[in-house]
Amino acid sequence: MPTPRIIIKDHTAEANLFARRSVIAMLVIVVMIAIVLTNLHYLQVTRFEDYQTRSNGNRIKVLPVAPNRGLIYDRNGILLAENLPVYSIEVIPEEISDLEETLTELQQLLSLDDDEIDEFNQALKRQRRFKPVTLRNRLTPEEVALFSAHQYQFPGVSVEARLARHYPFGETATHVLGYVAKINKSDLQKLAEAGQEANYAATYDIGKLGIEKYHEELLHGQVGYQEVEVNSRGRIIRTLDFEPPIPGKDLVLNIDINMQIQAQQAFAGERGSVVVIDPRDGGVLVLYSSPSYDPNLFVHGISSKEYNKLLASKDRPLINRATQGQYPPASTVKPLLALLGLEEKLVTVDTKIHDLGKYKLANVERIWRDHNKWGHGWVNVTKAIEVSCDTYFYDLAYRIGIDRISESMNEFGFGDYTGVDLHEEADGLMPSRGIVKAVFNRPWYIGDTINVGIGQSYWTATPIQLTQAITDLANKGRRFIPQIMRGEMQNNQLELEPLKERRPIQMKNEQNWDVVLDAMYGVVNRAGSGRAAFTNTNYTSAGKTGTAQLVAIAQDAKYDASKLSEENRDNAMYVGYAPYDKPQIVLTVVLENAGHGGAQAAPIARIMMDYYFKDQVFPEHKVIDSPPITASSNSTSKPITETD
Amino acid sequence: MLRTKFSTNNDSFLRRIHCDGPLLFGLLILMAVGLVTIYSAGGQDIDLIQRQITRLGLALAVMLAIAQIPSLVYSKLSLYFYLVGVLMLVAVLAFGVVGKGAQRWLDLGFFRFQPSEILKLAVPMMIAWYISRFNLPPKISHILGGFILVGIPTLLIAKQPDLGTALLIASSGIFGLFLAGMSWRFIIGVAVCASAFTPIMWTFLMKDYQKQRVLTFLNPESDPLGSGYHIIQSQIAIGSGGLNGKGWLQGTQSQLEFLPERHTDFIFAVFSEEFGFWGIVGLLVIYAFIVARGMLIAVNAQDAYSKILAGSITLTFFVYVFVNMGMVSGILPVVGVPLPLISYGGTSMVTLLAGFGILMSISTQKRLLSR
Repeated sequence: MPTPRIIIKDHTAEANLFARRSVIAMLVIVVMIAIVLTNLHYLQVTRFEDYQTRSNGNRIKVLPVAPNRGLIYDRNGILLAENLPVYSIEVIPEEISDLEETLTELQQLLSLDDDEIDEFNQALKRQRRFKPVTLRNRLTPEEVALFSAHQYQFPGVSVEARLARHYPFGETATHVLGYVAKINKSDLQKLAEAGQEANYAATYDIGKLGIEKYHEELLHGQVGYQEVEVNSRGRIIRTLDFEPPIPGKDLVLNIDINMQIQAQQAFAGERGSVVVIDPRDGGVLVLYSSPSYDPNLFVHGISSKEYNKLLASKDRPLINRATQGQYPPASTVKPLLALLGLEEKLVTVDTKIHDLGKYKLANVERIWRDHNKWGHGWVNVTKAIEVSCDTYFYDLAYRIGIDRISESMNEFGFGDYTGVDLHEEADGLMPSRGIVKAVFNRPWYIGDTINVGIGQSYWTATPIQLTQAITDLANKGRRFIPQIMRGEMQNNQLELEPLKERRPIQMKNEQNWDVVLDAMYGVVNRAGSGRAAFTNTNYTSAGKTGTAQLVAIAQDAKYDASKLSEENRDNAMYVGYAPYDKPQIVLTVVLENAGHGGAQAAPIARIMMDYYFKDQVFPEHKVIDSPPITASSNSTSKPITETD
Repeated sequence: MLRTKFSTNNDSFLRRIHCDGPLLFGLLILMAVGLVTIYSAGGQDIDLIQRQITRLGLALAVMLAIAQIPSLVYSKLSLYFYLVGVLMLVAVLAFGVVGKGAQRWLDLGFFRFQPSEILKLAVPMMIAWYISRFNLPPKISHILGGFILVGIPTLLIAKQPDLGTALLIASSGIFGLFLAGMSWRFIIGVAVCASAFTPIMWTFLMKDYQKQRVLTFLNPESDPLGSGYHIIQSQIAIGSGGLNGKGWLQGTQSQLEFLPERHTDFIFAVFSEEFGFWGIVGLLVIYAFIVARGMLIAVNAQDAYSKILAGSITLTFFVYVFVNMGMVSGILPVVGVPLPLISYGGTSMVTLLAGFGILMSISTQKRLLSR
C-alpha cells in the first residue's frame, strides 16, 4: 500500500463525481427492480392460472369413498347377506414415542404371536409414519373389550371398524348367494375393461360367485368422493367437499331360506341337489346343492390348507350341482316323450302294448330290458308313465326318431342354458345326430334312439333344466326363465323384477297336456312309482321318478347296487309339482348314487312340498281314476310282440 | 468530541439520539411487515415472533449505539477492523466449527459467531478508507490495490464455503471502488475477464453441491423432487398468489408446508403468495425508499470516506434484496441470502442494522464536524 504524502483534494470535483456515480447506481437499481417486477408479473399474472392449478394439485387430493354393498334378503325379508363391522387394531407409528415397548405390551395384552409382530414390522416399512398400520385383524368381541379397557395406556393405538360381508346362514345358501372376496388382479383387469376402475377405487371386496357375482353391478353401488386438503407430508388437514357414495341396491330373492334349510337338513350332507321353482313366475324358491361349504371363509381370505381341503374333497362341495351337475335325466323325461308321441299322433290314450319286460328290434340282436324283469303287462301311455314302463318308451322313441325328439326336447330347454341369474351354469347335452358327430365323432345308431326313450344314451341335463322343463309341462307350455332375484328395494318398497317369459310351447291338441299331467298325477296318487312317498298329504301333487343308470349293465345281468362301487351306483331322481290342479311349486330332487328315485329322492320332494304347503288348506281330495285299460286291443298302432 | 453540546435549531429528539427519521421509519415498517410474514410462515408460532422481536430490539440498540459514534472514528478504525476480520477468517479455516457442511463458525467458548459478518462492514470501511486517501477518480494501480483488499476476505469466505456471503462482501467493496470513480474502461475490462474466468471457476473452484445448484437453477424441472423442489415450490407459491394474493395466513403453499425454508431464506415466497403482486410492489416501494434515503445520505455526506462508505452499505443492502428476490423467484441460483429485515434470523440482522447505524452516524453527525 503506497503511503501518499500530501494530497491536494478537489472536494467539489470529487463530490460531483460521487453524485454522478450515485445517480448511475440508482438507475441500475431501478433497472434491477424492473427486472424483478417483470419476472414476478410473469409468474403472478401471465402464468397465474398455471401456478394456481399446480398449487391446488399440491394440496387437494380426492379420495374415493366405498359405497356400502347392498343387502340380500330372502322372499320373506330374512337377511341372507349383511355387512358387519370387523374390528382391527391399528397403530399410528408417528404418535408413539417408544414403538418397541408398545408392541411388547400389546403382545402381552392380546397374546399376539411373533409372526404377527413380524408381519406388522413388514407392513410398517411400507407405510408412511402417520398412516395406521394393522396389527391384528378380525378381533373377537372379547379382544375389543379387553383392549378398550386398556386403551388409555396406548396412545396412537386404536380399534378401527370396517364393514365386511357376512352370511348369517353360512353354508345353507352358498350356491345361490356365492360370496365376495378381495379384489384380485384378474378382477381388476375385468373392471378396467368395463371402465369400472374408478367406481371400485375404494372397494375392498367383489362378488366372486353366485348372486353376489351375477348382480355385482346392482349390489356394488356408486363410489363417492371426499375432497381433502393435505399438507406436504400427505396428512389430511381438512375435508373440503364430500360427495357421498350411492349405496348398492338391496336385493330380494325368490329364495325361501327356511325351505332351503329344510333341503339342507333332508340331504344331511349326502351328494345331490334340489331345485324348486314357482311355475307362476319362474321364481327359484330353493336351489340347494349338497354338500355345501361356509362362504364366510372366503370373505376374509381362505387359507390355502382349507381351500385345498374343499378342492380335494371327493364330494366336490365347490360344484353347484343344481346348475352345473349334468345327469342323465332317465325316466323323469318320459312324460315329455309321451307328450311328443301324442302330439305326433304316434300313440293315443288308447294305444296299448303288451310288455313282457323285453324289447327287441327286428334284425337287431340286442335286447333292451325293462326295469321290471317280468314286464308290466298291457300298458297304455298313462300306465307307462305311472309305472315307468321302459319297454313302452323304447318303442315310442324308436317310432318318433331322434331328430324329432331332439327338436322337441330343445323346445323344452334341454341342451341349452336356462338363463337363471347365476354364472355357474352348465348346458347339459341333448343328443342329436349332428351333436354326437361333432362332440363324440360317432355315428348315430338306432340303439341310441331307443336309449334316449328312457332318458339315457348321451342325454344329460342339469337339475335346473329338468325343473324348467317340468315347469313348462305343468304350465301347459307357458315358459319362464328361472329367476333367483325377485326384485330390489326402492325406498323400503319392493320393486319386482319384470317376469322373463320365453316363447310358449304350442300343442296342436291341447288335451295332450292333460293326458300327460294326469299320468304324472297317477304316479303319485294311483298305483305309481311315487305313491309310497306321498301318502296322506293335505295337497295333491303329481310327479315322476327316475333312476339314472351310470354304468352299462351287461346283458342279462341284474343291477345289484352292493356289487357296484358307490360312485357307479344309480342316481335317484324325482320331478314333481303341486297342487295338481293349480301348480304353485315344481321341483327336482337328485340324489347321487343313492339308488331308486321313488324310494330315495321322492321322500325329499315330499319334505319340501309338506313344508311349502304347511299353512295352506285344500279341500279334501279324492283320487281321480284313470280310464281303465282293457285287455282287448283296439289300438291304432301295432302291438309289439316280444320274443323270449 | 467535546462539541456534542453544540446545538442548532434542529434539535428534535431523534436528532439528539443521532437517529435519521426517514431511515428509521422505513426500517420499522419493514420490520413490522417481517413480523407479520414470519407469524404466517412460522405456523403462527408466537415464540418465534418473540424471539424475532428480541433480536430486532437488540439490533436496533446496536444501530443506535453505533450511530452515536462519529464517522471519523470509523475512518480511523477501518484498517484495524479489517485486519482483525481477516485474521478471524484465517482462524475459522484453521480451527473453525463445521456446521451445515461448511466451516463458518468461530467458537469463543461462550458463544459462536461468523467472522464473515464482521467483514460485511469491515470491507466497505476498509475500501472507503483506502480509496479516499487518494485523489479521486483513482488510478488503475489504486483500483488494483482495492481489488486485492476485497479479494483476500472474499476468497477466504468462498473457501469456507459460503458463496452467498462472499458475493455480498465482494460487491460491497466493488461498490466502494465504483462510487469512488473507478474508470469505465476498467469496469468493462474486468467484466470481460470475469466472463473468461467463469469456466475456470466451474472446473477448479466450485464444489459439486454448488455446481448442482447452478444446474438446478438453469432447469429446476429436471429434478422436481430433488434439488429442483425448492425452486419449483417457491415459484408455485409466488405464481399462485396472483395479483392480490391469497390473503394473510391463507397461503396454502406455506401453511401446508410445501414451501421449504419458509420463515428464513424463502420468506419472500410466503409474502408473494399471501399478498400477491401488489403486495410485492408495496414492499419494493419501502425498500426503494430506504435505498434512496441511504443514497441521499451518501451524496450529502461531508467527506469522501463517508460518502463511499454510506453508498456502498446502501447498495449492498439493495443487492441483498435483489439476490434474495431473484433466487426465490427463479432468476438467480439459490444462494443462502436472507431477505433483509423480513427473514427470521440472527447475526445477519445485527450486522445489517449496524450498517444502518453507520449511515445514521454519517447522516446526523456531519454538521458537528464540518461547520
